[in-house]
Amino acid sequence: MSDVRLFSGLSNAVSASPEKRQAQWNKALLIFFFLTPGFLLLIMFLVVPIGQAAYYSLYNWNGLGPLDDFIGLDNYARAFGETVFRGAIQHSLFIMVLSLAVQLPLAMTLALILIRGQLRFQRFFRTLFFLPYVFSEIVAAYIWLYVYNPRGGLLNEFLSLFRPEINGTAWLADLDTVLVAIFFVLTWKFFGFHMLLYMAGLQNISREVEDSARVSGANEWQVLRYVTLPMMRSTISLSVFLSILGSFQQFIVVWILTEGGPAFRSELIVTYLYKFGIQRMQLGFGSALAIILFLMTLIFSIGYQRTVLRQTLAE
Amino acid sequence: MTLAHTRSLSRVLMYLFVIVMALLMMAPVLTVILGSIRTTGQFLSNPIGLPETGIQWENYTDILTSTDFWRSLRNSLIITLTTTTLVVLIASPLAFIFSRVQFIGRNIFFNILSIGLLFPLVVAILPVFLQVRNLELINSFWGVILPLVTFTLPSSTVILIGFFRAIPTELEDASYIDGCTTFGFFRYVLFPLARPAVAAIATLSIVNAWNEYFLSLVVLGNADKWPLTLGIMQFQGQFGSDWARIMAYVTLLIIPAVIFYLLAERHIVTGLTGGELKG
Repeated sequence: MSDVRLFSGLSNAVSASPEKRQAQWNKALLIFFFLTPGFLLLIMFLVVPIGQAAYYSLYNWNGLGPLDDFIGLDNYARAFGETVFRGAIQHSLFIMVLSLAVQLPLAMTLALILIRGQLRFQRFFRTLFFLPYVFSEIVAAYIWLYVYNPRGGLLNEFLSLFRPEINGTAWLADLDTVLVAIFFVLTWKFFGFHMLLYMAGLQNISREVEDSARVSGANEWQVLRYVTLPMMRSTISLSVFLSILGSFQQFIVVWILTEGGPAFRSELIVTYLYKFGIQRMQLGFGSALAIILFLMTLIFSIGYQRTVLRQTLAE
Repeated sequence: MTLAHTRSLSRVLMYLFVIVMALLMMAPVLTVILGSIRTTGQFLSNPIGLPETGIQWENYTDILTSTDFWRSLRNSLIITLTTTTLVVLIASPLAFIFSRVQFIGRNIFFNILSIGLLFPLVVAILPVFLQVRNLELINSFWGVILPLVTFTLPSSTVILIGFFRAIPTELEDASYIDGCTTFGFFRYVLFPLARPAVAAIATLSIVNAWNEYFLSLVVLGNADKWPLTLGIMQFQGQFGSDWARIMAYVTLLIIPAVIFYLLAERHIVTGLTGGELKG
């Protein structure tokens, strides 16, 4: 459509009076000056870096010497051959599944209670639940480093009121509990954001539709299942999308709590990339990891938008 | 049981659930604040006691009298304010063009912007680090600010586009009839009208830049340039298990975040929900 307009614009400009030509010229100048700063930055710090990383990923390179050890796709083969990297992908998937199964339903429950339950102090509770989202992730990580402290930490002090033998348990050093412990921190930090999205979605559903379902004899559960949730489809699919992306993009909370340990048990994709790419200055290998992460996100996003989000984001 | 009974029972259960959740959410924060005015020994032997030996102001005065803290605070402010100013100045014209002007290549430009939507800085950290290094911006604030602006632009622009579109085109036509130029319309009509949306993206950018750590960690090797988020990592490195002091530092970072959030809640909520939820 824009092309049609452009052509008519061009033919106008060719045949038009000087004033009209002047107006076209002004418009072109405006577009140029309004787009340039933003796109200069986007090209310099988004497009070029990704292109460069794709190029560096074909080399064995420590970032200091010349870029002359071309190894083709060996960095990629190496990444997928590493059990630690495969483990990192599995751990990210684990966090993702838990988020979808626990974090989002929790956010939905609270949104429903706050909006539909007509509780007093609705705004007060909303503020409380959302507050951790505005804390720096570093702050969140230090708060929970204390909570999980084996002796004297809030969690164990609380649990040992009921079962004294629990005191001293190091949740973050235990292979079986570390990922779940990290998941709780992420839930604490992020579920308020999803709750906010759901609250906004719920406010847009007219209560008349729900009421008419009730009049027709539906019970509360049926109203929720067949009326409210289907009408929130677009909000839910957006929140699922952001939650899945977020699961693959965690870094600092894990880095401060465990640095990916014990025994790589809480290694996630980004902590792996930081440890093996940046800290050890294996920049060729790190670039390959960045490109893998980039492609995973891109393919998932395009697939998700083509299928689930199609109606939602249709412009 | 009558319907009224079930209703009030379910209300009680709802209150109970919400209150228990609120306690679970806030317990860690409150304990940390309480701990910051006690000694580490008291803190670890009983996390929720009161300060038996008086309030330990030293935990705070030790931090507040150190030059490191104030230098980090200044660095955080420089990064946050510069980033936010640039985001507002650059995202508003972009959103104006995308919401109101037709031109060739619009889709290509919009796709580039959308790529940025999918990738937060944390995903692109290594490629960005290499580019910052190529541009010789390592150890410079610009090495943090420019990428931060870049990665804040896409979401800010998209939020603004939504608001700009909502402003009726009749207004635009009317201002052209009155002799306004396109730029004049943007500067004197659209921008002032979209002030809530601009406030929303500015607020989100402030929160984002203030909390930024990863880019600073890889770009700013020199401790003189570190923002507060790295300052606390350094502090924790020094004081290891002196929990009370670390909690004091954490509290110093939480308090302004809470105050800012309470003041700007409306804008944050507007920005995150596209204006759908009333702040």
